[in-house]
Amino acid sequence: MSQQSVLYDAQGPRARRRTRIGTAVALLLLAGLAYLVIRRLADEGQLSMELWGPLIDPSNEAFDAVWRLIGEGIVNTVKAAGIAMVLSVVLGTLIAVARLSVGRTGRVPLIGLVEVLRGLPVVVLVYFGVRVLPDIGVDLRGLPGGQQLWGLVIGLTAYNMVIFAEVVRAGVASLPRGQREAALATGLTNGQAMRLVLLPQAFRVMLPAIISQLVVVLKDTSLVTFVANYNELLSQGERIRRNLDNPIQTFTVIALIYIAMNYTLDRLARHIQARQGRASSRVARTVDAGAHVPVGGGA
Amino acid sequence: MEAVTGNLDLFFSGFLRSLGICLIAMVGSLLLGTVIAGCRVSPVPPLRAFGTWWVTTFRNTPLSLVLFFCAFGLPELGINRSFYFFGVLGLILYTSAFVCEAIRSGINSVSPGQAEAARSIGLGFLPTLRFIVLPQALRTVVPPLGSVIIAMFKNSAVVGAFGVGGDLWSTGQTLTSARGFATLPVFLGVAAFYLAITLPAGALLQVIERRVAIAR
Repeated sequence: MSQQSVLYDAQGPRARRRTRIGTAVALLLLAGLAYLVIRRLADEGQLSMELWGPLIDPSNEAFDAVWRLIGEGIVNTVKAAGIAMVLSVVLGTLIAVARLSVGRTGRVPLIGLVEVLRGLPVVVLVYFGVRVLPDIGVDLRGLPGGQQLWGLVIGLTAYNMVIFAEVVRAGVASLPRGQREAALATGLTNGQAMRLVLLPQAFRVMLPAIISQLVVVLKDTSLVTFVANYNELLSQGERIRRNLDNPIQTFTVIALIYIAMNYTLDRLARHIQARQGRASSRVARTVDAGAHVPVGGGA
Repeated sequence: MEAVTGNLDLFFSGFLRSLGICLIAMVGSLLLGTVIAGCRVSPVPPLRAFGTWWVTTFRNTPLSLVLFFCAFGLPELGINRSFYFFGVLGLILYTSAFVCEAIRSGINSVSPGQAEAARSIGLGFLPTLRFIVLPQALRTVVPPLGSVIIAMFKNSAVVGAFGVGGDLWSTGQTLTSARGFATLPVFLGVAAFYLAITLPAGALLQVIERRVAIAR
């Protein structure tokens, strides 16, 4: 056991023997489970090259078309998530700064806004962006990328900007009070102190939280599948499934792509967090717990 | 606004249906998540690996994809059930990963010194767990677990969008597409009903959080 855990000490000879027995039993159980799953797959003909071929065999005639669809899907997913992310960070920062700088009464509508948007399912907000906005006369077709993209971006941004507002607030609050006091003492105004001294430091601390939230946004882009035709990754997967009739194979590949993207981001966030130490993990916890969204709870 | 006021009964039945989905999924994911968390903190390497794999898989996959996989993939394996079953199953699998992480972080937040002290006064493994570690772990677990449950209620909208039928989201869909009501009032109605749960739940969670908070 390399890792010190609260539950047990470094193990002695007897405990090590027990662990070895446990390991053997667990391996047997898991192997049995894997065997059952694989046999079921084989029995139902799910391992045949006919079903997997278009996805993994470059000489298959459908291979190129399938991966072109998937590639398009990845680009669209990343595009929507990227735009939504940038907008959320900018708007979230504005909300947080506004909340920190207005007085007690001025804060009330902002808190209301944050609480309401945070309490709504993202899919409902995406519905708002894609379906309700055009109905009430907001025309997004003129924007590059079109109605669907911007409807999705608006839905995602509406949710994530208030999450970031909380993150920024926690980031600024995590700085030592002396920072602001010193800034004011050198003659900076409140606004300058915020812009030149507090926010730059807060952003450094918040970086892991921002990256973690990017995982949530990436996953949430897939919600548009239910309300509109925007060809992001999951929609493209669904299209491939309809054509090839191989749900298990297609969705496994699509899931692996999502996992690869999100796992990389997650690792990156943890790496930065470990380098920055305690302050940043305090802020990360705000995202995890304070904001009603456990890492990735949004989707 | 009559789209909402005239159809309050529909909204209510949808609301109850959403609550029902959540209740089942809550029980299921808490149980499953606890088991997975048990795997992840156990001293047995294959179980730890299994737990890690489970969490990595379900945390990094969109819920919508998990649902698609359940509803279209499982029938290929000869598992034929209703959409409702697959919807709830997907929600349970997805949420269990988050429940596991909440519980695990709770256990890890207890400082090793606590257990060391317990062992040095002669408590065995189970008494240490029962009297020292778990009471402290449970307190730290409550707030994040509460957030997971609230997020799960919101996620039930995704299960609804997926086509379970009869829940809050589907009610909105029926009113706009089948009966041709304007989208805005229906959207506001659906939003209000979701907020009716998430806002009080969030407030309650904050109260609980303050009560169980421990200074470390």
